Amino acid sequence: MIELQGVTKRYHGKKALDSVDLTLEPGKIVGLVGENGSGKSTTLKLIAGLNHPTRGRVTVNGHKATRRIADRVAYLSELDDYYPFFTVGGMIDFHASQFPDFDTKKADEMLSFMNLERSSKVKTLSKGNRGRLKIVLTLSRNVPVLLMDEPLSGLDPMVRDSIVKSLISFIDIENQIVLITTHEIKEIEGILDDVIAIKDGHIIGHHNVEDLRFEHGKGIVEWMTEVYQ
Amino acid sequence: MSQEFESNTPIYMQLAERINRRILRGELHPGEKLPSVRETGVQSNVNPNTVQRTYQILEQSGIAESRRGQGTFVTEDPAILRSMRERLKREEIASFVRVMKDMGYEAREIQHGIQEFLEEENES
Repeated sequence: MIELQGVTKRYHGKKALDSVDLTLEPGKIVGLVGENGSGKSTTLKLIAGLNHPTRGRVTVNGHKATRRIADRVAYLSELDDYYPFFTVGGMIDFHASQFPDFDTKKADEMLSFMNLERSSKVKTLSKGNRGRLKIVLTLSRNVPVLLMDEPLSGLDPMVRDSIVKSLISFIDIENQIVLITTHEIKEIEGILDDVIAIKDGHIIGHHNVEDLRFEHGKGIVEWMTEVYQ
Repeated sequence: MSQEFESNTPIYMQLAERINRRILRGELHPGEKLPSVRETGVQSNVNPNTVQRTYQILEQSGIAESRRGQGTFVTEDPAILRSMRERLKREEIASFVRVMKDMGYEAREIQHGIQEFLEEENES
């Protein structure tokens, strides 16, 4: 379970998050949506223990989110950072050496699902294949929490489709919480259980996506347009 | 790429309707095993939790039955399949008639129009 209690985060005096309360239970894929600068990435970094709240408390399964939370949380950065001298297989083995929960067998299954070769040099991979590799490295960890910051951003439709399909195939949906920030709502809508809208550091809505359709007859984009006004 | 869903109806219901239509078209046969929850999820880009819910409503309506440890199967009960066929027909007609009435057509015009259309189609 992820819990944020009264969390405020300031950067240089500006509030990125303002008194946010949020509870997320396992067994769900949750989308975090909002404009650029609304606080999406900050929320993920706080849960990953990469940033610390100015006020309030962030916990994962009861443990305070510090750098050491990395053994319970896998985090996919929106940055395209990689080690160009590695091969794909080298990246897999390096991650396996860093995280005891890393499942190399699952990683190899995902490589073939994504049509990636262990022997390819990372620096020669297309942007799309680097995006796919990042997904492999994140989903291969057997941890209760997966955080993904813009996993589809800047990738072509074929790559986005293969990433969506790999999420469905390889997430351990019964035991994991998956929190995804995205602007590509249409593509990811079908795999979200819940959606959270965030604006100017405040959570302005939190719904089960199917309830949204059933009770309000709205998809995520229509709902967002409404709550964002 | 997968077919898109309408945004005004829950996906689990839309997916159940797609499966019903596949049964009507004969793409899925009575007694045939449905793909696993995850396979269906990957085929249609839908969360496995949602597919699970689709299979549940198909079971509740009798269209599908789950067999312990084996998966979910299309029913072989002809009465259930007949009533599903009848229901989908009525639903399609109802929505067609609603659209026609909305545009100002009278019941007799609609009836006559359909008859004429079907006769023409038969001749060609």
